[in-house]
Amino acid sequence: MSPALAAWRGLLRPGDYGIALLGLALCVYSALHLWRGGAPDGAVIRAGGKVFAQVDLSRARTLDVPGPLGMTRIEIEPGRARVASDPGPRQYCVRQGWLSRAGAVAICAPNEVSLALTGRGADYDSLNY
Amino acid sequence: MTPSTIELVPTADDRRVARHAAAAIALTVAEAAIPLPLPGVKPGLANIITLVVLARWGWREAVWVALLRVLAGSLLLGQFLAPGFFLSLSGSVASLLALGLAMHLPRRWFGPVSQSIVAAFAHIGAQLLVARLWLVPHDGVFYLTPVFAAAAVVFGTANGLIAARLLKELGGDKAAPAAQQP
Repeated sequence: MSPALAAWRGLLRPGDYGIALLGLALCVYSALHLWRGGAPDGAVIRAGGKVFAQVDLSRARTLDVPGPLGMTRIEIEPGRARVASDPGPRQYCVRQGWLSRAGAVAICAPNEVSLALTGRGADYDSLNY
Repeated sequence: MTPSTIELVPTADDRRVARHAAAAIALTVAEAAIPLPLPGVKPGLANIITLVVLARWGWREAVWVALLRVLAGSLLLGQFLAPGFFLSLSGSVASLLALGLAMHLPRRWFGPVSQSIVAAFAHIGAQLLVARLWLVPHDGVFYLTPVFAAAAVVFGTANGLIAARLLKELGGDKAAPAAQQP
């Protein structure tokens, strides 16, 4: 280490390192906490306007939701969800693919089924996103 | 000219406060010329003066210098009573309170750098709070907390080091522990 740098370092007292580290820890913690940025923590599945199921996104599973046209298959994976298949004619909700942000919604209107991801910071839904 | 009937005789203490405040104001104005990436993130060089005054002359005098600096600095920059002034004022009051507590930490372990970082965090804390309650009544302001926290650590450390260096040159850290002098 150069002497100039060593002189600056000599101005630091033991506790100063602790306080600086504490400050950095606070910084990292707040970044992790506040910048989780729309990670979803659950999914709400509605059929015919009523809540059909409320699931968390911790483990993979599939749900079959009955509607007027037939079965809509919802696939859940850790951190994301999608409409795997739907009897509707235009397949918009299926083509939306995997939803992975809080507030994202896939609506299968003909079969009256919708899949919405919930979570903190769900500022937008798919309509104005 | 009629001689003034009111004679204000400044004491040596007054002059000292004014001198330190003048130095702090100069730093504030100089700092305003530095382009900054984000509003609110700035080095706060004037706090170096506050730290030095705190160590050499105590808390009351540091309060005088810091608040005079906020007032006169805002007048010079045309910020007086603008939102920025209140953010600056609340930050200064909070960091002065924090310094009042931090100065009682054991000197053997905690120097000006610790005080500087603690004060910087108090500063951003109060500013975010005021901004949230008054200027931007939405939790969105807290989104920038990590950036402000990082700035507090970096600039707090830098200012603290400069203050410590100045104190060493001045030999004025009266309460410095004996162990500091080899």
